[in-house]
Amino acid sequence: MEINIEKILFYGFSTILLGSATAVIFSRNSVRAVLFLVLAFFACAGLWLLQQAEFLAITLVLVYVGAVMVLFLFVIMMLDINVATKEARLVRYFPLGILIAALIVSQIIWILWKGGSWVGIQGDMNPGESNVSAIGKLLYTDYIYPFELAGIILLVAIVAAISLAFRGRRRGTRGQKIKEQIAVRSQDRVTLVSLKPTIRKDL
Amino acid sequence: MMPFHFSDFQFFLPEIWVAGAVCVILLVECFDFKEKHKWIYGLTQATLLGALLLTLPLWWMEKRVVLNGMFAADKLATVAKGIIYLVTAMALVYAREYVHVRNFEKSEYYVLTLTAVLGMMVIVSGAHLLSLYLGIELLSLSLYALIAMRRDSSLALEAALKFFVIGALGSGLLLYGISMIYGVSAHLDIRSVAEFAAETSESRLMLMLGVVFIISGLAFKLGSVPFHMWVPDVYQGSPTSVTAFISSAPKVAAFGLVARFLMEAFPVLHGEWQQFLLILAISSMALGNIIAIAQTNIKRMLAYSAITHMGFFLLGVLVGTGQGNAAALFYIMAYVLMSLGAFGMVIFMSRAGVEAEKIDDFKGLNAVHPWYAFIMMVLMFSLAGVPPTVGFYAKLSVLKSIIDVDMVWLAVVAVIFALMGAYYYLRVVKTVYFDAPGKNLERFVLPPRDLRVVLSLNGLAIIGLGLFPYGLMLLCQQVFA
Repeated sequence: MEINIEKILFYGFSTILLGSATAVIFSRNSVRAVLFLVLAFFACAGLWLLQQAEFLAITLVLVYVGAVMVLFLFVIMMLDINVATKEARLVRYFPLGILIAALIVSQIIWILWKGGSWVGIQGDMNPGESNVSAIGKLLYTDYIYPFELAGIILLVAIVAAISLAFRGRRRGTRGQKIKEQIAVRSQDRVTLVSLKPTIRKDL
Repeated sequence: MMPFHFSDFQFFLPEIWVAGAVCVILLVECFDFKEKHKWIYGLTQATLLGALLLTLPLWWMEKRVVLNGMFAADKLATVAKGIIYLVTAMALVYAREYVHVRNFEKSEYYVLTLTAVLGMMVIVSGAHLLSLYLGIELLSLSLYALIAMRRDSSLALEAALKFFVIGALGSGLLLYGISMIYGVSAHLDIRSVAEFAAETSESRLMLMLGVVFIISGLAFKLGSVPFHMWVPDVYQGSPTSVTAFISSAPKVAAFGLVARFLMEAFPVLHGEWQQFLLILAISSMALGNIIAIAQTNIKRMLAYSAITHMGFFLLGVLVGTGQGNAAALFYIMAYVLMSLGAFGMVIFMSRAGVEAEKIDDFKGLNAVHPWYAFIMMVLMFSLAGVPPTVGFYAKLSVLKSIIDVDMVWLAVVAVIFALMGAYYYLRVVKTVYFDAPGKNLERFVLPPRDLRVVLSLNGLAIIGLGLFPYGLMLLCQQVFA
C-alpha cells in the first residue's frame, strides 16, 4: 500500500471523527459531549474537503458548528442536567450492550470480508466547474422532487414547533396588539384641547 | 437526466394539490373570523375530496415513472392513495368533536394531518430510496407533533417523545441499510437496484446486509415484534382521535413501504428476506395475542391487537406470489377499516372530561344504545376474524395464499394464534351485551350526528365487504397483475 499525503489525511481525520464520536457518547459532562460533537463535525468537514466537496464542508462548519451547536450549548447550560442518574443505568446495561454490539460488528466485518466490493465514486468533477454550481444544477434538475419535499418537511417543522411552543397570549404579559394598532384613529391618540391664554401676573 | 414533459404533471398533480392546500389553509388561519375551525375543517375535507378526484383518473393509465425516476404512478400508488384519503377523512370526522371539547382544536391539527397525508402519498408512489425516506420523515414529523398537540396531558407528551426516539432509531437503521445498498450498487432508484441485485452474484451478501437493516427499520415502523415496544404506549398515550388516525392510514403507507422496498427492489432475494419476515410474523402473532389477553385498557388492547394484525399481514407478504401480495393488500385495507372503527367507538363512548379507555366503560352498552352495541360487536367479530365480516375474508385469503405455496404448518400456526385472539375480542362483546350498564353510561352524551353516521357506515362496510369481498379483492389482484 503506497502512502501519500491524501491517505494520511484521510486516516487522520477518520481517527479523529471516530474518536470524538465515541467521546460524545461516553463523556460524563454534557457540555464536553457537545464540544466533542463539534470536533466530530470539523473532522467530517475535513473528510469532505478531501472529496473535493468544499462547499458542503464549509456549510457543515457554518451551519452545524456555527449555529446549531451553539444553540445546543445554550440549551444544555440552561438545563443543568444531573449526570449521576444517567450513569447508573448506563453501567447496569453496559455488559449486555457491549455483547450485542460486538456480535453485530463482528458479523458486519465478516460480511465485508467475504461479501464483495464497494463501488467507488463514478465520474470526476469537472475541474472548471465550482462545487456550488454543480450542486445547484443537480438540485434544481434531477433532484427537484426531493428538494421540494425537504422544503415541505421544513415547513412542517416550523408549523409543529410553533403550535407546540406557542401557548397563546397570556393575561398580564405585554406585547404588540396588532389589531388595536391598525384600528387606531387619530382621535384616540391626540386630543386637541383649546386653552385660553393666560398671563402670569408675577412677571 | 431524463427529459421532462409538461404532461408529466398530471401524475403528481394530487401531491401538488395537497401541498398547495396546506399553504392556503395556513394563510386562511392567519385571519380571524367566526367559527374559524369549522371552516378550516371543511377546507381540509374538501382538500381530501379534491385529491381523490385528481387521483382517480390515474387508475386507467399505464404505469409511469416520472421526475427522474423518483416518482411512480402505478396502480399500487393509486389504490393506496384512494384508501388513505378515505380513511383520513373518516378519522377527521371522528376527531372534530373530540378535539373541540378538549380544547386542543387548532388549525395546526388539520394542517399536520394533511402534511401527514402528503408524506404517505410520497411513500406509496416512491420509486427512489431517497423519496421513500423523505416521505417517511414527512409523515413521522407530522405525527410526532399531532401526538404532542395535547399539552396538558403528560401521557401524550411521553407518547410523543417515545414515538420520536423510536422513529429516529428506525430511520437510522433504514438509512444505514440504504447506504450499504448504495455503496454496493451505486444506485438509489428502485428499478436500477433491482436490476443490479438480479445480475450480481459476488455482492449478494453485502446487499443482504443492507436488506437486514432495512427490514429492521421497516419492522420499527410497522411495530412488529421484537421492534414493537413503542406501540402500546403510543396508542394509549395519544389523544384517541390521533390514535385512530395513526392506527389506520399510516398502515397503508407501511404497506407501500414494504411493497417498494422488498417486493419491487429485492424480488431476487425473496428466499432470504422470507426467513426474516417469518420470524417477525410468528413472534408478533404470539406475543401480541398473549399480552392482549391481560389488558384492561381498550386502547392498549387494540395496540397489541395491531401488533398481531401486522404479523398476520406479513404472512401475506412473505409468500412472495402475486396472490399473496394481493391478499396482504386486502388484509391491510380490511384492518384499517376495523381499527378505525374500533377507535371510533372509543371516541363515541368518550365525552368532555371523560375518556372511555377501560373495557369496563363499555359495560351494558346494548341496554342503552343497541345499534352502537351492534356496531361494536361487528368490529370485534371482524378483528377476531368471525364470518361474515371482512376480517374473516381477509384472514382466509392470506391463509389460502400460504397454503398455495405449501406452507401448511404456517397456516396452522396462524389459525391457532387467531383462535387465541378471539378470546379477548369476544370478552369485549360480552361486556357490551351481558353486563349491567356501568357508571359511564349514566350521564352519556350522544356525539354529533356526522360521527354517528360515519361510524354506522364504517360498521356496515365491514359486513358489506365481508359478504361481497370480490370487488375489492379484484382491485387488489389488478394491482399486482
